[in-house]
Amino acid sequence: MRYHSKILTTAAMLLASASMVQAERMTVVSFGGAYGAAQNEHMIQPFVEATGHEILFEDYSGGIAEISAQVQAGNIQWDVVDIEVIDLERACSEGLLEVIDHSQLPAGVDGTDAADDFIPDALASECGVGVIVWSIVYAYNTENDGPAPQTIADFFDTETFPGPRAMRRRPQVNLEWALIADGVPAEEVYEVLATEEGQERAFASLDRIREDIVWFDSWSQAPQLLNDGGAAMVQSANGRIFSAIQDDGRPFEIVWDNHVYDLDVWAIVAGSDNVDTAMEFINFATGSEPLAGMADVAYGATRLSSAPFVDPAVNSNLPTAHLDTGLKADGIFWADYGESLGERFNEWLLNE
Amino acid sequence: MENSLSREDGRNARRELNRRRIAAFALVIPLLVFIFFAFVAPIATILYRSVYNPVVSDLIPETLAALDAAEWDRADVPPDDVLNVFSAELSLLAQERLSGRLAEEINRAIPGMSSVVRSTSRAVRRMEQDTLLSEGGQTLLDANDRWGDVAVWRALQDAGAPYTEDYYLTALDLQRAEDGGIEARDGARIYVTLYTKTLRIALIITILTLILGYPLAYFLANAPSKSANMLMVFVLLPFWTSLLVRTTAWIALLQTNGVVNSFLMSIGVINEPMEILYTQTATILAMTHILLPFMILPLYSVMKGIDPSYLRAAMSMGGRPIPAFVRIYLPMTLPGLSAGALLVFIISVGYYITPALVGGTDGQMISNIIAFHMRESNNWELAAALGSLLLAIILLLYWVYDRFVGAGNIKLG
Repeated sequence: MRYHSKILTTAAMLLASASMVQAERMTVVSFGGAYGAAQNEHMIQPFVEATGHEILFEDYSGGIAEISAQVQAGNIQWDVVDIEVIDLERACSEGLLEVIDHSQLPAGVDGTDAADDFIPDALASECGVGVIVWSIVYAYNTENDGPAPQTIADFFDTETFPGPRAMRRRPQVNLEWALIADGVPAEEVYEVLATEEGQERAFASLDRIREDIVWFDSWSQAPQLLNDGGAAMVQSANGRIFSAIQDDGRPFEIVWDNHVYDLDVWAIVAGSDNVDTAMEFINFATGSEPLAGMADVAYGATRLSSAPFVDPAVNSNLPTAHLDTGLKADGIFWADYGESLGERFNEWLLNE
Repeated sequence: MENSLSREDGRNARRELNRRRIAAFALVIPLLVFIFFAFVAPIATILYRSVYNPVVSDLIPETLAALDAAEWDRADVPPDDVLNVFSAELSLLAQERLSGRLAEEINRAIPGMSSVVRSTSRAVRRMEQDTLLSEGGQTLLDANDRWGDVAVWRALQDAGAPYTEDYYLTALDLQRAEDGGIEARDGARIYVTLYTKTLRIALIITILTLILGYPLAYFLANAPSKSANMLMVFVLLPFWTSLLVRTTAWIALLQTNGVVNSFLMSIGVINEPMEILYTQTATILAMTHILLPFMILPLYSVMKGIDPSYLRAAMSMGGRPIPAFVRIYLPMTLPGLSAGALLVFIISVGYYITPALVGGTDGQMISNIIAFHMRESNNWELAAALGSLLLAIILLLYWVYDRFVGAGNIKLG
């Protein structure tokens, strides 16, 4: 009896204390790895300390399949999700995400209005607020013999630059590069790729190096392949190569020619129970200082006012410093052609 | 003749029997319920999903009804009033933010339509229903000239049928022709190739596990119990290790500068590292290792039960070792052999994680494409059709096996 009453009192006390703080519990989902760690350090932990809310920080591997399943089943597990812009357009127009009122985003630390402080792409969708600018580049090992590659055409030139190339097994970025290597100007790539002849031209260009391509499925394999000699050049998210150079002292070099850059955004899953807390979190996490923390893993901030907080030595490693040589990944194009080119790509892979 | 059992006794006996039956059934109920919810129900839903896709018919019911009412001949763009109804429905969808779902379904038939549907839905979103119902058709054509393409409207009507066999046709690299017949698919034709490749890889793995497992099981069954137990631990050890760990270990062994290549180069067998990782060979190697216990264990338990005196008797009556083995021992191990081969074959047909990690391009199996459609292209209906076909192939093979070998012959222990 005494035992029971003890449990009851404890439970009552817990309840009381919980209602006093008004702490909310919410789930934030991102990509994990070094990127997730940087977000945890600069966004999640400071937010938890400042507000007392409880955050469950989970990993996923991108795509909209899981969000779609949760919304369709009406069983919402996630509140805030880090989404690649390439998936954002689709998720937003299918009603999987809440609409975010961009006008209530706080001004930058220097007082600039949010609408002017964010780069335009960061607020392009009504469903998200930009977190990082990241990029797909290629890198090589400086200890290899022979000349140093400098352009996308070099990546496709296996005679001057022999050795295996590692690429992620999917049509995205590979087809863009194939066309650029074949002489299509970067600004016309998506236009050309939307035509039947353009698609054939891209696959023909890939065909020329097919024997030398090593395929991988996860970005984590990229620095590893470059390291163990599995490939002479690898396609990679720029942050992965940066941390291999910075943290592990690897002799890698990034080539910024025609890198394909894109944004990640914070978005709120439609039907979340914690929309207000989620919005509070997004406002906090996309402040000038937390955004500048993403430079730890070489991803660029989406606010101009973050620049003073970034170490100048790191600056040249950020995609935002190379936007003039880059190509913006076209989310609308890939929403149109992702599935059909995906099938065609699979067919091309199989018919060796 | 006197009946020793009275009627009363008979009733009692029957009652007792019934009571036992009910008790036995009650014990099985939890398992049946579990199997129903964890196995039968999900598979049935998936099977149903592959033929039933009501998304478009739920999104634009009035447009589809208008197409029927106008008795549209599919030769030209539908009449204006149908276009008006569609523009009004599209506007409603845009307000409820559901136009993306329609865009995705139409885009599946005509790549490139996704952005057309979405940009048009933005154009009509804020317009009045009345205006759209009277002149929305022109707004559509002004927003994008693709709405003047009859193929788009055909695709819309086709996608509007809630019950469809199209996904099965796609899964067999076929499509429905405009005249209603069935023809080879225009787009990528990969699925039949993948099915045959999957079955071939599964067969190779079954044969390899058999070649490796049979002698080992024989040795285990006949070795002195002390060393047999020791060896048994080695067979079971992989069973107790996580699948992911074993697969990753193969990556470390097979990679370009991995253990296997370094060893072969150091003893001078090869001069340059071989490309083994991310090939079909890697898939076969790793899966053979992982599935080997499934072959050894049933074989071992059957061999353990075979009296060695049969073979001795055959030899003592003048049988030479090989015929004695083939005619006496082998038939007796057939139940274990069938069980092992069937287990390995069926498990490897549906294997996903190992080919995904070590298979590279040509080591991919049908399950990897199913995963692609589940996770990346979001075409769950096609994934369901591919999965159902895989299930059908396995059941067919099992039936063939039952006809020729007999399923009653299987013995796991």
